[in-house]
Amino acid sequence: MVNLKINGIPVSVPEGSTILEAAKLANIRIPTLCYLKDVQCVGSCRMCLVEATGARGLVAACVYPVSEGMEVKTNTPKVRKSRKTTVELILSTHKKKCLSCVRSMNCELQKLALEYNAEEDRFGTDHDLKPIDDLSPSVVRDNSKCVMCTRCVAACAKQTIGVIGPKHRGYAKVIGSPFDASLAHTSCVNCGQCIVACPVGALYEKSDVANVWGAIVNPEKHVVFFTAPSIKATLGEAFGLPVGTNVEGKMVAAIKQLGDVQCFNMDLTADLTIMEEANELLQRIMKGGKLPMFTSCCPGWVKFAEHYYPEILPNISTCKSPQEMFSAVLKTYYCQKHNIKPEDLYVVSVIPCTAKKFEITRDEIGHYTDAAITTRELAKMIKEAHIDFANLPEEDYDAPFGEASGAGIIFGATGGVMEAALRTAAYVLGGEGAPLEFKEVRGTAGLKEAEYEIGGSKIKVAVANGLGNARKVIEQVKSGEKDYTFVEVMACPGGCINGGGQPYVHDEVRNSIDLKAVRAQALYNADKDNKIRCSHENSAVDTLYKEYFGKPLSEKSHELLHTHYHQRNKY
Amino acid sequence: MSEITFEGTPEQMAALKSCIDEHRGEAGALMPVLHEAQNIYGYLPFEVQTVIAEGLNVSLAEVYGVATFYSQFSLSPKGKHKVSVCLGTACYVKGSDKVLEAVEKQLGIKCGECTPDRNFSIDSCRCVGACGLAPVMIVDGEVYGRLTAKEVSGILSKYRED
Repeated sequence: MVNLKINGIPVSVPEGSTILEAAKLANIRIPTLCYLKDVQCVGSCRMCLVEATGARGLVAACVYPVSEGMEVKTNTPKVRKSRKTTVELILSTHKKKCLSCVRSMNCELQKLALEYNAEEDRFGTDHDLKPIDDLSPSVVRDNSKCVMCTRCVAACAKQTIGVIGPKHRGYAKVIGSPFDASLAHTSCVNCGQCIVACPVGALYEKSDVANVWGAIVNPEKHVVFFTAPSIKATLGEAFGLPVGTNVEGKMVAAIKQLGDVQCFNMDLTADLTIMEEANELLQRIMKGGKLPMFTSCCPGWVKFAEHYYPEILPNISTCKSPQEMFSAVLKTYYCQKHNIKPEDLYVVSVIPCTAKKFEITRDEIGHYTDAAITTRELAKMIKEAHIDFANLPEEDYDAPFGEASGAGIIFGATGGVMEAALRTAAYVLGGEGAPLEFKEVRGTAGLKEAEYEIGGSKIKVAVANGLGNARKVIEQVKSGEKDYTFVEVMACPGGCINGGGQPYVHDEVRNSIDLKAVRAQALYNADKDNKIRCSHENSAVDTLYKEYFGKPLSEKSHELLHTHYHQRNKY
Repeated sequence: MSEITFEGTPEQMAALKSCIDEHRGEAGALMPVLHEAQNIYGYLPFEVQTVIAEGLNVSLAEVYGVATFYSQFSLSPKGKHKVSVCLGTACYVKGSDKVLEAVEKQLGIKCGECTPDRNFSIDSCRCVGACGLAPVMIVDGEVYGRLTAKEVSGILSKYRED
């Protein structure tokens, strides 16, 4: 252990710790900008400068290692002046359109500027407006607001995608894709981790809010919303509630107050996905199909495989994602049942994800979803409608698509799809009394594996979250090192609860708690408290099969609930 | 950037690949490989950068970032006739920016680029030691001094293909 003093407070930390880590233990705040836990630590922005004995000049706390007897001062006039100047220099090249910015009131730069009394025009405004890249269906980049922290670049590299980087030099330097290509024309998988890493308004989702408002006021349109499993665990953050608060009832109530709309529960088609996917897996096992089977509900992962590993496409389940299953059910079964013309039904999917915005544009999926909006966009609509979210009475989802099992609920966390599938597979093969909880596949580790005996046969499973981990699994499978039966992949670290469409969380919070774990806990708690735990127990799903699809993997379900994939270029 | 078709030969590709093989796995392999690639092709087009990214297992964004950071790397090929306008202090105060502007206008490309027929490329340089002749332009090693923008057209026409 190394002993040092920060602002006179003695603290003892393991050797190799940084000043920033030590300060956290002493409960002393040091501002950061380019540093983001688990994503980037490069010491380039100079916001975290502090005075330290034995060092020449100020040092960057996020990278500077502690030493025995060191005395650190984080709050001297010299430090404050330096930080203030740093903010002011950043502001000199920043497009200061703060009032209408997507990050207004939630911007890390704005917060720092306020804290250090920075003058926005001390060094003038010395920049040309740079073009906005909004060709991608998922991610918009406004480089005039970029502060060059490169957190997005690090997040993209961590996903082992790397389609953005710094290019050119000096004043001409910008972050973007090689050869001045739009992000839309690269092998970006639309996961949106760049957006949630961005401290300012330089990156945001391609918004569908205006279209949804348009449909709501259009008397010809029946508007239906459905919400993905993880939204209930994160939406509250946008209204100041603590991370990990389950706001399902308030969320449903708020959506219903947006206008004459219905609100359904996507956890239900998560259950439907499991019915199809578990049966597909059993069929592959029994009929000698391609194994391991990979899950298909994550559109970021699917596009990743299409670009980078086209050879494993036959291993990916043909099941559509819960979003696309739901939209297909609504535009066919539901429309027929209620005598609505499919073109008059406006389907809004609320998702934690920016890749789902791309997914709805896929021709082979059938264009059943009219708009896919992120948790952030839903929050924006609720705020725009001036709904008092925190004080809303709770409401239930609308029939007939309100019911969900605990298995559907945990889809939103890494390992959830796997556990849901195992619950149903265990029942199908083992009958009553089959195990309900498969805790080995839970948790935020990037790569989890387990072996289960289900109905007398051994099943080896792996769960990967974050595309770097997906890559590891694929390489191990390809080399023959591992012979899994079933692999779950979620593109985002932690799964959907940490998706690219989730509420912005400041670096200060992200650096101090395990966001993924706290959010996921809300889902596991809801699963535990839920009346039914398994997808095959969902009576609404049962009705769907009885009235429309017949049985899993029927001709009708192949037509509407399954899809196919195709190879895409890597460059 | 002007549209120029990539015209690499199998020999050039073989040379590039052997250079990549030689440096693969080394820390900082990208710089020597980019240097060699530029020696082989004269510039670093998309087709070359993707081979480097693939071969060294780094992202194309990283390759492109390095290639655009250093001014000695070029993304455009060099033309049959290389035009270079001096933007050193003496030439600049004597109006060489106007000369460069005239060259760009005459050839329809920007500084650092090459005409689609690959006949001309334009670069700028910093002081060739002929300050007494400022402003100065060099075409294929031949120095033209005390220039005005008006004279550019006549000089370039000497090099145009008939």
